Amino acid sequence: MIHVELVKLARRPRTWVSLLLLCGLPVLVAVFVAVTHLAPPPGQGPALLSAVLSSGSLYPAAALAIVLPVFLPVAVAVVAGDSIAGEAGSGTLRYLLARPVGRTRLLAAKLIALIVYTLSAVILVAVTAYFTGISLFGSQPVAATPGGLTTSNIAATSLSGSGLTPAEIALRTLGAIAFIAVSMLGVGAIALFLSTITDSSLGAALGALAALITSEVLVTLNSASAVDPYLPTRYWLAWIDFFRDPIVWRNIERGFAVQGVYVVLFLGASWAHFATKDITS
Amino acid sequence: MIATRGLTKRYGHLLVVDQVDLDVREGDRYGFLGPNGSGKTTVVRMLLGLVYATSGEITVLGQPVPKRVGEVLPSIGSLVEGPSAYGHLSGRANLALIDAAGKSGSRRTRRSRIAATLDRVGLGGIDNRPVKRYSLGMRQRLGLAAALLRTPKLLILDEPTNGLDPQGIREIRDLLIELNAAGTTVFLSSHQLSEVEQLCTRVGIVDRGRLVRQDDLETLRALTGRSIVRTPDGDRARELLDGQIELAQAGRLVVADADTAALNSRLVAHGVRVTEIAAERRSLEDVVLSVTGSGSDRVDILDGDRR
Repeated sequence: MIHVELVKLARRPRTWVSLLLLCGLPVLVAVFVAVTHLAPPPGQGPALLSAVLSSGSLYPAAALAIVLPVFLPVAVAVVAGDSIAGEAGSGTLRYLLARPVGRTRLLAAKLIALIVYTLSAVILVAVTAYFTGISLFGSQPVAATPGGLTTSNIAATSLSGSGLTPAEIALRTLGAIAFIAVSMLGVGAIALFLSTITDSSLGAALGALAALITSEVLVTLNSASAVDPYLPTRYWLAWIDFFRDPIVWRNIERGFAVQGVYVVLFLGASWAHFATKDITS
Repeated sequence: MIATRGLTKRYGHLLVVDQVDLDVREGDRYGFLGPNGSGKTTVVRMLLGLVYATSGEITVLGQPVPKRVGEVLPSIGSLVEGPSAYGHLSGRANLALIDAAGKSGSRRTRRSRIAATLDRVGLGGIDNRPVKRYSLGMRQRLGLAAALLRTPKLLILDEPTNGLDPQGIREIRDLLIELNAAGTTVFLSSHQLSEVEQLCTRVGIVDRGRLVRQDDLETLRALTGRSIVRTPDGDRARELLDGQIELAQAGRLVVADADTAALNSRLVAHGVRVTEIAAERRSLEDVVLSVTGSGSDRVDILDGDRR
């Protein structure tokens, strides 16, 4: 069944268009920055973009920062929201279940397809951004941030100003990829749950996005500080801490924990609902 | 093959299926007949484990449903409320996906089985166009192909001839009769009397969620004990059969006499020309209309209904 779901995912034009757009946006940004050499000043605009001019090897991280706020959650919510509701809407769900495909198995296969999609999206963005960054900004350091060290084996500067070797950058980027993938899985779990409730894939995707926007609003609200640590988007940007020296683990750990709870909670709810639901679509 | 006891389904306060006792035997071509909205589709969905019954028991192919539905579904081909497929893929690709889903059919024989099944439903020469460009009838045939892909022991078909032209309906009927002769039990749910009358050997009539009649078609269409006579000499026949005639229309007499042979010779002996004579049978339509109310798509004003 997993194989079938992956084939379905791969044969959907939508999958490829969304991946293309996700990878295209950072390339577009890189071209503008490279042509004008006008990066936003540190602290403004997407994270890390200001450091990119000094070394292209930081661009994967910057690219992830570009797609993280909107593009990536939208893409993941659309795929996750479509997983069950899409089958219900097209009427194929009843035939899959009458095949028979067990309900739990179907849900698991959908989840695995979703994980594969999310991971490929994040990794593809990072990989295309790496090659874009190297070819537009070069991999060798020019004189970096004020006070940063410039020796030949230092490829880039971390946000705290000290040097990072290429191997360190690669490792930290991998950490960021893992963190972002897990955060997106949190979004996916919410959308998947809504997908088992409604027969409209659009409704499920938009519902998940509405949850995210609510969370974003509450995060900025001082009066909502009591719920702040439990909001799904609270630690979304914690992966930037991978690029500090030394790495600040506190928020990264909390981010993983919060997303873990959301994933378990909503997958559990999806399963409980879907396994006992009357399929009337 | 299918047996239900006291099968009931409620959605909130709405009673959709009410104490249905189905009995479908092996080898039957069973027609599940009822007006729109009478609960046919809900029953079909419960048989397939898609919808869970509120109360009652279901046994399909000797196994309790939904408890062990996973064991019986591989032997069932189904078509529920119209066919559906992934519109952006070809018919062949759709069948390949459905064949690979669940306890998948053998990969090695997949291509040949798909080709044979498509041929069987009259889509043998289909090209690679996506299903969204199929006509309604082609989709119906594709749905039937998906149901037949695993050579099922039991076919559960909900309105299988929807969207087909008379030619197509005939083809599908012949195909179902052929499959039935080869040992497949057919359970066909339909609101079309003629479809059931022409195909089925056994009929269950459902009305507002209740199974109001279940019997062999032959029994339902029993002789009425009357004969229908057509004759150009209506007046003479009336004189001759005085007292036996229940209804006389232009050239058509309903005679209270079951023995058509004797009646015929008597009429001819008295010089009445007979163009047609036959024993009267109840039509399935008469039976259905006598036991069912109007369909649920008709909403009448009830007393005290002030809206």
